[in-house]
Amino acid sequence: MKWFDYTAPVTLAEAMNAVASGPRAKALAGGTDLLVQMRAGRVETDLVVDIKRVPELNELSYDSARGLTLGAAAPCCRISENASVRRHYPALAEVAALIGGVQIQSRASLGGNLCNAAPSADAVPMLIAYGAICCIAGANGTRQVRVEDFCTGPGRTVLEPGELLVSFQLPPPPAGSGARYLRFIPRNEMDIAVAGAGVQVVLDDGHFRTARIALAAVAPTPLFVPEAGESLAGKPAVPESIHAAAEIARAAAQPITDMRGTEEYRRHLCAVLTRRALEAAVQRATGGRI
Amino acid sequence: MTHRKVHVRTTVNGEAVEFLCEPRQSLLECLRDIVGLTGTKEGCNDGNCGACTVILDGDIVNSCLVLGVEVEGRNITTIEGIARSGELHPVQKAFLESAALQCGFCTPGLIVATKALLDRNPEPDEESIRQWLANNLCRCTGYDKVVRAVEQAAADLREVKG
Repeated sequence: MKWFDYTAPVTLAEAMNAVASGPRAKALAGGTDLLVQMRAGRVETDLVVDIKRVPELNELSYDSARGLTLGAAAPCCRISENASVRRHYPALAEVAALIGGVQIQSRASLGGNLCNAAPSADAVPMLIAYGAICCIAGANGTRQVRVEDFCTGPGRTVLEPGELLVSFQLPPPPAGSGARYLRFIPRNEMDIAVAGAGVQVVLDDGHFRTARIALAAVAPTPLFVPEAGESLAGKPAVPESIHAAAEIARAAAQPITDMRGTEEYRRHLCAVLTRRALEAAVQRATGGRI
Repeated sequence: MTHRKVHVRTTVNGEAVEFLCEPRQSLLECLRDIVGLTGTKEGCNDGNCGACTVILDGDIVNSCLVLGVEVEGRNITTIEGIARSGELHPVQKAFLESAALQCGFCTPGLIVATKALLDRNPEPDEESIRQWLANNLCRCTGYDKVVRAVEQAAADLREVKG
């Protein structure tokens, strides 16, 4: 790696100053993407700002009125082991236990997963489906951006120079809700998604009240498909409605053909994964175990 | 730019350790090339193989994906810290007795990861063992003997603790 300086601020204000001190400053959370990219020469920096000692970046707290506040640098292992996350956002706990192996989960954060802006990022469809909002700090104060609006292309985000993703805010799960993320990989574990689908449904007396559906690895960014979820509103929670929503997800996908799968195969996976994720979410929403 | 090294104070295998490093040096490089603990191995150097696994404040990490400067004030256990008082740890004994190694390059990482697993879960089933060790690659001999060794070590540790 080329030479860089290192600072480990302990307050958000110090971290903001450091991140804004030069155009090549880089925020370091778990380093599981950043350090690999720096070593490969794909990212150049002259200042690494280790944000893990800043309390706001590490917050992990649940409140029944505000929902979940999730620090952008909190490692996956803390998220998947957290009792409130497991109880109220089980699909988020599952996603945090899905990314990489144990060594990666000790370090990798969901803020990093989003800021890396890979179309295949496993946590991002689930954050979108849960309706998560990004809290971004900058020189002019803070702003909020919905997770589905954060990535602008592969490796590109809405973050301006000097801005820092501080945390996610997830609304409290509505009564009668259930969620699930499913991905397809050709191995059992530790691979990059060929395609993925994250969904949250809210049921009311056997009918869908609302649903949110987002896809991984089938577009230049993680893809929110609002029309697929909206198609379910008011419909009975039966296979026909679910199948129709899955077909909308298939049609919304804009995949490419690469070494992991063809365009046609990925479209097929979108329909299958969306259908299965919806079925699992419905089961959860009605008190079933999956 | 002034290229200044950083003074890092940390704890390695229960002992206070101080070293000077460049910010760009990984914890793996610092342990091997500065502190002189060469039991931790460099395999892929990009977080895939797990040969460089160490325990950092109770969690296993790939030391190639940690900067040396990040460990200021933290607690590290390497393969050199697994045996106690000159006697092999039950995990090490089980790996030897089960012949769970061939060239041995992945073994330090596997043993450190196994120690951390059994500290958390004294009675893991086979699926939990395979899941936990999925980030530790062996290119010689496969994983069956490793899994048997972990099961043996778990049983031995439970017996010791009674």
